[in-house]
Amino acid sequence: MALTDKDRIFTNLYGLHDWRLEAARRRGHWDGTKALIEKGRDWIIEEVKNSGLRGRGGAGFPTGLKWSFMPKQSDGRPHYLVVNSDESEPGTCKDRDILRHDPHTLVEGCLIAGVAMGAHAGYIYVRGEYYNEHLVLQAAIDEAYAAGLLGPNACGSGWDFDLYVHRGAGAYICGEETALIESLEGKKGMPRLKPPFPAAVGLYGCPSTVNNVETIAVVPTILRRGAAWFAGFGRPKNSGTKIFCIQGHVNKPCNVEEEMSIPLKELIERHAGGVRGGWDNLLAVIPGGSSTPMIPKKICDDVLMDFDALREHRTGLGTAAVIVMDKSTDLIKAIARLAAFYKHESCGQCTPCREGMGWQKRLMDRMVEGRAEVEEIDVLEQVTRQIEGHTICALADGGVWPVQGLIRHFRPLMEERIAAYKASKGSPAPTLPMAAE
Amino acid sequence: MAKVTVDGIEVEVPNGVSVLQACEAAGKEIPRFCYHERLSVAGNCRMCLVEVEKAPKPIASCAYPVADGMKVFTDSEMVRRGRRGVMEFLLINHPLDCPICDQGGECDLQDQAMAYGLDRSRYMEEKRAVKDKYMGPLVKTIMTRCIQCTRCVRFATEVAGVPELGATNRGENMEIGTYVEKALTTELSGNLIDICPVGALTSRPYAFVSRPWELRKTDSIDVLDATGTNIRVDTRSGEVLRILPRTNDDVNEEWMADRGRFAFDGLKRRRLDRPWIRKNGKLQPASWAEAFAAIAAKLKGVPGEKIGAVAGPLVDAEAALALRDLMAALGSRNLECRTDGAAVDASRRDFYTFNTGIAGIEEADALLIIGANPRIEAPVINARIRKRAVAGGFPIGFVGPRGLDLTYGHDWLGEGGVTLRALAAGTHRFNELLRVAKKPMLILGRGALARADGEAVLAAAWKIAAGNNMLQPEWHGFNLLHHFGGQVAPLDLGFTGGLAVGLEVLWLLGAEPPALPEGAFVIYQGHHGEAAAGRADVILPGAAYTEKDATWVNTEGRVQHGRLAVYPPGEAREDWKILRALSELLGHRLPYDTLDALRAKLAEANPVFAGHGFVPHGCADTSGPTGDPTAVSDAPFALAVTNYWQADPISRASATMAECARVYGAPQARLAAE
Repeated sequence: MALTDKDRIFTNLYGLHDWRLEAARRRGHWDGTKALIEKGRDWIIEEVKNSGLRGRGGAGFPTGLKWSFMPKQSDGRPHYLVVNSDESEPGTCKDRDILRHDPHTLVEGCLIAGVAMGAHAGYIYVRGEYYNEHLVLQAAIDEAYAAGLLGPNACGSGWDFDLYVHRGAGAYICGEETALIESLEGKKGMPRLKPPFPAAVGLYGCPSTVNNVETIAVVPTILRRGAAWFAGFGRPKNSGTKIFCIQGHVNKPCNVEEEMSIPLKELIERHAGGVRGGWDNLLAVIPGGSSTPMIPKKICDDVLMDFDALREHRTGLGTAAVIVMDKSTDLIKAIARLAAFYKHESCGQCTPCREGMGWQKRLMDRMVEGRAEVEEIDVLEQVTRQIEGHTICALADGGVWPVQGLIRHFRPLMEERIAAYKASKGSPAPTLPMAAE
Repeated sequence: MAKVTVDGIEVEVPNGVSVLQACEAAGKEIPRFCYHERLSVAGNCRMCLVEVEKAPKPIASCAYPVADGMKVFTDSEMVRRGRRGVMEFLLINHPLDCPICDQGGECDLQDQAMAYGLDRSRYMEEKRAVKDKYMGPLVKTIMTRCIQCTRCVRFATEVAGVPELGATNRGENMEIGTYVEKALTTELSGNLIDICPVGALTSRPYAFVSRPWELRKTDSIDVLDATGTNIRVDTRSGEVLRILPRTNDDVNEEWMADRGRFAFDGLKRRRLDRPWIRKNGKLQPASWAEAFAAIAAKLKGVPGEKIGAVAGPLVDAEAALALRDLMAALGSRNLECRTDGAAVDASRRDFYTFNTGIAGIEEADALLIIGANPRIEAPVINARIRKRAVAGGFPIGFVGPRGLDLTYGHDWLGEGGVTLRALAAGTHRFNELLRVAKKPMLILGRGALARADGEAVLAAAWKIAAGNNMLQPEWHGFNLLHHFGGQVAPLDLGFTGGLAVGLEVLWLLGAEPPALPEGAFVIYQGHHGEAAAGRADVILPGAAYTEKDATWVNTEGRVQHGRLAVYPPGEAREDWKILRALSELLGHRLPYDTLDALRAKLAEANPVFAGHGFVPHGCADTSGPTGDPTAVSDAPFALAVTNYWQADPISRASATMAECARVYGAPQARLAAE
């Protein structure tokens, strides 16, 4: 059962209509915002909790719960809302379409989220490469100011709220919430130690909450249509609608808002025109953006697209960026490319990630050729295990999962490659480091 | 308090401390690279991982706060696996050059690799090489060895107050450097060498000189500034090879200023290593017997009041006492130790010491600096002021040259006398801030007293202290900042009678008075011969601070003992022994044959020498020194020490310090705007 148009939150995801305030209002945005705000902070948080909304940025943390961590009473420090729009995960482009085609969902969401966490200021951290998108977003914010929807006494609700757009400089790590805060403060984007969590000490040392664009943008519609409506989609604890980005070897790559827990096969066949060359030509799918481990076809056949179902298969929903790879794909090379990406984007703060990502990348490069020993697959696996869980932020985990997924499901392929290299070129020369090196 | 169980050992620690501290309280050693107790927590080396019950992942113990009832395991399988992994990662790109690395033998990475390292490498790829950076004449870099712990970055930013170090690039390509290559503009750069856990930052003068296990280590006291930094002198075959700070939280914490650390090569150059006698207008080498005979012959028949003695700024208490006693025996009361002309009033001890104490700075809540540049005159004390300033709620007023970079923000009040008079009268705007403070303090530079109206300046400063709540029964906020480690002991021994005119014999104990009386017979006793030695009629070679068991008094009035690390060169001898030997020949045998006997006499001469260390004290008597506070002239305060690198005879003889002076130019020209 697919999502019907009347239940779509992002009614202008494809940019077929105007993004401006006038048109957005016609599509139902900014409708009764004042009334929603007047129902109060506790009601908003309660509704979001009841809706079962989980963060759309990748980790899937319950949003209402996260908001409730903000101090109820300010101790004199201001509270801040920070919106993470540093969408840098390879394969993910959902926020981009919200920013450029439906920015008012986000602007309205910011106001409501600001009320819910007692924040009078919000910062939207936009990925540096999203130049045009930030122009649209800024124009939408300007419109909202002009219409009295933002600024002092926003929407006539009595709540003062200012919203600022900040452009990043294109570092993947700045999508990590505390690195984003550092970057926003003008420092080098490096994750902070937790605790303290941002809700206690965040932006400029003040209580802050960092949310993904999509998370914030769906909130006004949830409040308007009721928590039960949103919770009615998907399986329990995985409720709601979600924008999926389907790409790779499909006939019609697309972004689509769908119900959570939709079967992967249905998602691909209904919206993306099916796998190139038919379903049987499928080799593997990376289900949630580049940092989730891939799953082979036999799992893809019946897996549901939600947090818990994918977790059972030791992968994750992540940002719901579905990367489809058919049988023409050199999986080892594909993952080696991702390893190169994570090496390049490691911030260099923690030892395991800084040193390990380069090691992983170089090993993967040799695996692509097959210029390695079979035992080195175990070394590679161990290197990823030594990185995982030993760093400040979770991006190191995300950087090794693709390789772990490859080894888990396609180890025979790697062994074959090594055997083929040996057959054609003989044993690779051992490259032992010299003693005096 | 929180109850924490570490490997089954229950300990109680204050709330808010880190798991690492709790583990240490339980006696468990946690390996670490980036963590340093005097710097902020970075938590990036990941070596201090421990397992906490119910946590799915190992946690970095340095950054994780304890919670009541927490159960910590420091040696579980998860912990060992984590640490071994981190160690392997650290080593894959670390060069295997320990045999030629100056850190070898005292390297944290080396030590911990013994516990957590593999005996072979699984890393078959190419290793990373990093271009070395220039950080000045003192710190040598081999950046390939760097493990990116960022201790140096945090030290420079937080303690030294010069945010000139940082990390450029990302991930594997991250490099520590100054971005635009230049020498670090700090007087504390040597500490970078100490805090670097590997051989990335090593001592440039000490490069390839020695191995730590070859060194004999002697605890001593630095005298090249008045901080009284506790040091360890490392020697081999009678030669000082390096000087390192010792930890003393009351004095220098674990920091040390560059001049004290690196000037020791001056101990080997331009030394007076044998007696000399002037014959026919020229100095000729002589034996001790000849030199003593020449002095005895000259002194015969000279009345006591025609004999004078001057003690220099690097003089130990023992030598000062011996000279004082000898002069007394000869009937002379012409004693002086204030060769810089500073109008120090020795009539009461709290007129000339740093009464608040160095550690006391951290308790103060307002500070007025008069005519001193603590950054140059006592860099370690300046770091303590900075530490207090960073903590906040600490207004700092400054009277002296405008635009100095003290490494912390300060309110420039004025250049000199006009401002000082206003402060003394209580009419200056800064008086308001001082009056509301609970524990205000002022630091008066010794240099501010070295002018014609010095007495008035001292009196005015005391009046400011008295009038602004600085002198309380439990708090003494009046502080005089001296320049050298030998300036307070002679004051304690009353070496301050002043010199009469028309002296016939003048005994200079390491002193360089600005002018010598015409035609006088000059005896120079000391270790470095400068202008005064060139003018002397007899030269007696003495011992430098590393070459004698001596008592030193720092600017606080803290009594500390330095120990003999190497013997004086050539025929040079410990100074009190020279005086004791000569006294016999002069027929006025000094009543001490051993150091113990001499120290007993010291304690008799001034009871402070019976004790050791520094006793925090309040001010019982607020009556000030003689001098008219209103007589301060309008003249601006000039800074006494302008060339930090070459401020004393030892550092002037040092090639390292000469290089620093060349690189850094005139430090006083370094303005805040730079």
